[in-house]
Amino acid sequence: MKVGIVGYGSYIPKYRIKVEEIARVWGKDPEPIKKSLMVYEKSVPGPDEDTATISVEAGKNALKRADIDPRDIGALYIGSESHPYAVKPTSTIVAEALGITPDLTCADLEFACKAGTAGIQICMGLVGSGMVKYGMAIGADTAQGAPGDALEYTAAAGGACYIIGSKKKEIIGEINGTYSFTTDTPDFWRREGRPYPKHGGRFTGEPAYFRHVISAAKGLMERMGTTPRDYDYCVFHQPNGKFYIRVAKYLGFKEEQYRDGLLTPYLGNTYSGAVPLGLSNILDRGKEGDRILAVSYGSGAGSDAFDITLTERIEEVKDRAPKTMDLLNRKEYIDYSIYLKYRQGIKM
Amino acid sequence: MVVRSWRHIKERYCLIGSRCKTCGRIFFPSRNICPYCRRRGELEEYKLSGRGKVYTYSVVHVPPKEFERMVPYVIAIVELEEGPRITAQIDCKPEEVYIGMPVEVVFRRIKEDGEDGIIHYGYKFKPVNY
Ligand SMILES: [Zn+2]
Repeated sequence: MKVGIVGYGSYIPKYRIKVEEIARVWGKDPEPIKKSLMVYEKSVPGPDEDTATISVEAGKNALKRADIDPRDIGALYIGSESHPYAVKPTSTIVAEALGITPDLTCADLEFACKAGTAGIQICMGLVGSGMVKYGMAIGADTAQGAPGDALEYTAAAGGACYIIGSKKKEIIGEINGTYSFTTDTPDFWRREGRPYPKHGGRFTGEPAYFRHVISAAKGLMERMGTTPRDYDYCVFHQPNGKFYIRVAKYLGFKEEQYRDGLLTPYLGNTYSGAVPLGLSNILDRGKEGDRILAVSYGSGAGSDAFDITLTERIEEVKDRAPKTMDLLNRKEYIDYSIYLKYRQGIKM
Repeated sequence: MVVRSWRHIKERYCLIGSRCKTCGRIFFPSRNICPYCRRRGELEEYKLSGRGKVYTYSVVHVPPKEFERMVPYVIAIVELEEGPRITAQIDCKPEEVYIGMPVEVVFRRIKEDGEDGIIHYGYKFKPVNY
């Protein structure tokens, strides 16, 4: 059975802080940081926002586009590294707020930054086997770096939601195939009860991000019998702008293929939200027949790759909810002291 | 406390009120008896659209303890397009709000019972198209 995306929606909190402002507080020169990361500002959640509220707003937008009865959704998965509770699911809060309860199965997923795309794969399986009519997968985070750590310049907030279905006339993006590449690679971790993650410094590059993203992309193209030239767009996980562009170029993609998927320079790294949000910006711009390669990455480590072809229905649904670029351009800058006040639980 | 808030989840998360099948009036929070039709009334669950206008507002500078991080913030009475008026926070700067401002519902954290308690979620409003 063919499965595909029948609705998508995104959400980005309105607050932004510039790299200059964070560097000022720590007595650093912002220029080399901006140059080495290709990140200029990042989103910050309001004091009343978290992964649950971001998921609900993204979910509402996805439901507007899908135009289905929420009660027909039989499965909901939320992938995040920043679930509001240590014990108590985020997905039940979101399911209740979106009117999906009580006839569904749901769970919270964790796999660093790729838990959102893992949710899409689970939904594909459940929908494809006929176990549920629709499945909803959300990738959302309110990521935090320790104050003064390199991650503080990029750790951002946002998320996107995908509704997976199988009715041909409802599909806006057919998923032609998916492939994952997974190994045990300790490049980034956080132990129970510790407030901030640790990372393996230089170790996060070659054996971790690059190896997994490249292997997943190549593995999928091999299975689909495609080359980069067969795709109109591509999107990769984007912890910063530099890694993204390097991996895109290495694989042989051109700027016109990779630029619309890259949001990190003015958004920051939204972790589980990163590929879902980058893909949503492509869907906002795409047209019938466009083919997309999307590859996520989660530390630990693994990558999920997807091959998607847009249908004519994309035109019909894209204007039913706010577009990702409109959400990104809607912003209010804050200084470091307001940032500290807004960030729930920043422990110095 | 946990049980009391759990009973109101549908109302706070989804703006579920009630509608009288006899006279068509819509109530929020929901009622068990229609005050207009009394015994002739018959009430059913009704989901409000979440769109409305600021009926009146006030800016809070001295808040209860659990809202300190929000200060200054706007509290308004929102007149929903179906008629009922409800009190809620508006997510905008104090200088942006005005009477008659079109608003729509958003889902937010309202408060939490300390660091180890339940997190309460519910409705707030934001300016339309923002
Ligand atoms: Zn009545």
